[in-house]
Amino acid sequence: MKYELVMGLEVHVELATESKIFCSCGGHAAANEPNDCVCPACCGMPGMLPVTNKHAVELAVMAGTLLNCKINQYTTFDKKSYYYPDLPGAYQITQWFNPICVEGSVEVTTKSGTRTIGIKQIHMEEDAGKLVHDDWTATSLVDYNRTSVPLIEIVSKPDFRSGEEVIAYLEKLKSLFRFAKISECEEGAMRCDVNISVRPEGSDTLGVRSEIKNMSSLSSIARAIEYEAARHIDALERNTEVLVQETRRYDDVKGRTFPMRNKETAADYRYFPDPNLMPIIIDDEWIAKIREELPVPAEVKYEQYVNAGISEKDAATLTAERNLCDILDGAVELGCSHKDVAGWLLTDCAGILRRNNTTIDKLDIAPAKLSKIIDMTNSGDITRVAGKKVLTAVIEKDVDVESFISENNLTAQNNTDLIASVVQKVIDANPAAVADYKNGKTKAIQALMGGVMRELRGNGDAATVNELIIKKLSE
Amino acid sequence: MKYYISEISAKGSVAVDDNILVKGTPASCGSRMLESFVPLFNAEAVDRLINAGYEISGKTNIGEFSLDLLGETSYFGECTENGNLVSAAASLVAKGDIDAAVNTDVSGYPRRAAAVSGIDFLKPTYGTVSRYGIVAAVCSAEQIGVSAKNAKKVKELISVIAGHDSKDGTSLPADSYSYELTSASGMKVCIIKELFDKASDDVKKSVSDYADKLRSVGVTVDEVSVPEVFAIHAAWNILLCAEFCNNVSRFDGVKYGYRSENYKNIDELYVNSRTEGFGFITKASVLYGSDVLSKGRYNDCYDKALRIRRVALNKMKELFASYNAVLTPVCSQKNYQPYEICDAFEKAYDENLFTAIPSITGLPAMVTKGVQLIADSFCDATLLSLADSVEETEVM
Ligand SMILES: [Zn+2]
Repeated sequence: MKYELVMGLEVHVELATESKIFCSCGGHAAANEPNDCVCPACCGMPGMLPVTNKHAVELAVMAGTLLNCKINQYTTFDKKSYYYPDLPGAYQITQWFNPICVEGSVEVTTKSGTRTIGIKQIHMEEDAGKLVHDDWTATSLVDYNRTSVPLIEIVSKPDFRSGEEVIAYLEKLKSLFRFAKISECEEGAMRCDVNISVRPEGSDTLGVRSEIKNMSSLSSIARAIEYEAARHIDALERNTEVLVQETRRYDDVKGRTFPMRNKETAADYRYFPDPNLMPIIIDDEWIAKIREELPVPAEVKYEQYVNAGISEKDAATLTAERNLCDILDGAVELGCSHKDVAGWLLTDCAGILRRNNTTIDKLDIAPAKLSKIIDMTNSGDITRVAGKKVLTAVIEKDVDVESFISENNLTAQNNTDLIASVVQKVIDANPAAVADYKNGKTKAIQALMGGVMRELRGNGDAATVNELIIKKLSE
Repeated sequence: MKYYISEISAKGSVAVDDNILVKGTPASCGSRMLESFVPLFNAEAVDRLINAGYEISGKTNIGEFSLDLLGETSYFGECTENGNLVSAAASLVAKGDIDAAVNTDVSGYPRRAAAVSGIDFLKPTYGTVSRYGIVAAVCSAEQIGVSAKNAKKVKELISVIAGHDSKDGTSLPADSYSYELTSASGMKVCIIKELFDKASDDVKKSVSDYADKLRSVGVTVDEVSVPEVFAIHAAWNILLCAEFCNNVSRFDGVKYGYRSENYKNIDELYVNSRTEGFGFITKASVLYGSDVLSKGRYNDCYDKALRIRRVALNKMKELFASYNAVLTPVCSQKNYQPYEICDAFEKAYDENLFTAIPSITGLPAMVTKGVQLIADSFCDATLLSLADSVEETEVM
């Protein structure tokens, strides 16, 4: 018999806010040591009250917009109670009754075509801390850096039919959220629970469901789904076991899923509205303002770039990273051409970053500085070589373009009199090369060029130098 | 018999209840659980008092988390005078040791305490005094109020501690109210018959006497029927226990406060620390609260209680269309004797009948001369004016 997989996903995404969701501590990204980023509020001391981070709400609305959701204009926070040492207040603030976004959809494309995945809801919540178990001393230590870091949880409908679709969906969320700066989506910042069941193809009833909890790497999610599907099919085909509805965890080393202790899953969370947080009213005006901040989608940018003469390959590389698009658009706005900027970004900037052992997605350069370098190079104020020197200094030390050029005497020498005198000096000092040239070895001119350029410290305009040497030699 | 859990300044004129944080001074909340807990910051109300030049005399003893009648469930012992229960703060004010005290009105204890000790207490409109720095028990209702010998002194201090605070998400803008005293003459007050009928004869007499005094200063006093009071009482006890259960769940022996010495794993650490650290009234309220929030009971208990909260507010707004204030008893009896702990639990929850309306609705309430006056939101000044008008006649 042929079987069909039916899956639904719950994806937790860490929002890229400056501070935590209910206090002013920096995100855990800023932490160096355990419990670096904590205050009395996020470590559960009595007397503190939560105050909602507006930016987190805005990012959640952006995410909902990107996933075609309806935004709930009246949204509330609720308390979810359970005891665990990583939860300092013994409750998590989440959205149980009135989530911020509902009823959305997203298209995913795999080799077998494009399908629409329904989104049930997106809700905001705070993250919990982290327990560190020290087996040596048999103690557990708790790190609250991550408590109260803002998350959204995206709950899909049970619309996935293959592991490829799941991976395509997660990749799509990742690129959408990164491009809109909703989340860095770095390793561990996106965590996923998969609800999975199997049924004979063509059946419209659902099989017994298991939930695999808390996975973060795409490859292990793919392996977990593959394992779990096979386990279900085995159970149905060969009666290897009786399937029960349960929560399981995936052990990537063993390549298997294991049931979690029932105690961890049978809890009654006793949800109720949090009286400390007033309902959030998101009016049309606020929604419109948030939507204005959404970037032009990557696909649209890609078309724009190709139409502006950038190669398809380069356009794809550029639109994979929001920072590159921002720099490029900024420089174009200041008058540079798309092609010029793309070249400088993907060749020169990328090369400089590579030498600094980092990658192009980390590039941080003011479009105004880049456009100035490009303009000065194009107009011949500085040579291409000098342009690259300035670019390196800007990327590495964020120097001021003009003062760096003047401090390092990088202005191109277009003064024909000056160049002519240097040419004369070099010709006088190199009679052998001159003789070679006059005997037909035209290549000897390279040695003279080199000499002149050295004298001019690389700032001579190559065409002018070349022209003047030929002129002098033919006198 | 401990009045102060921590003494701060002998020159101090204002006492602060032990569930309101004062930086560097333990905030025990009358509980063994928090005996050793020292806060890192001041409550907003405390900061405002200090900035206005008031000195804090010390932290007054309260019943565990302020849930009980008058402090009889404090881990540090109850206070009595002439065999009757009194609260530490109200008693210090009545004796003239201090000018005033700030107390968290979680479920009416400072109102009962003021009635028993014969002083004034104002529980202001919810949202007017910042809750930042209260050891939370019932977030949707608790407010810091002021105890003092008369309405003028209450007015002086409430004016200091009230005001908008961005650290409290439920804090309201300060431009919606003021505490200007006006003449009570011409105001209209009504007595809720159902609450009046439930009081003892000597309490009834206090209410009737007060009604007469109001009439003597030109106030009209009528009687109205509000049969909803019993449903409101039940709903309040549900909300109280539910929120309380959730708020004290943070006291688990892991981070601060009392930790049992006797545990082998995390479950035992939780259970034993809480069993040994909490008193009877806390445990009973936690059990009741976790029940009303549980999956099977939420709709029948908690959700219904939230609906009754709205009914209560609507009913009161209806009354305020015709009346400036409502007059009720604040306790069933004039004095309480110390109770056995099990009885104390029940008694405290029974007595909430009289204090429930202001608690569940967030309306302001004032206790003066052993009775309770309730006004519309932000009309705290009406209450102060009524109390002051009657007090003025006695000075003369
Ligand atoms: Zn914090």
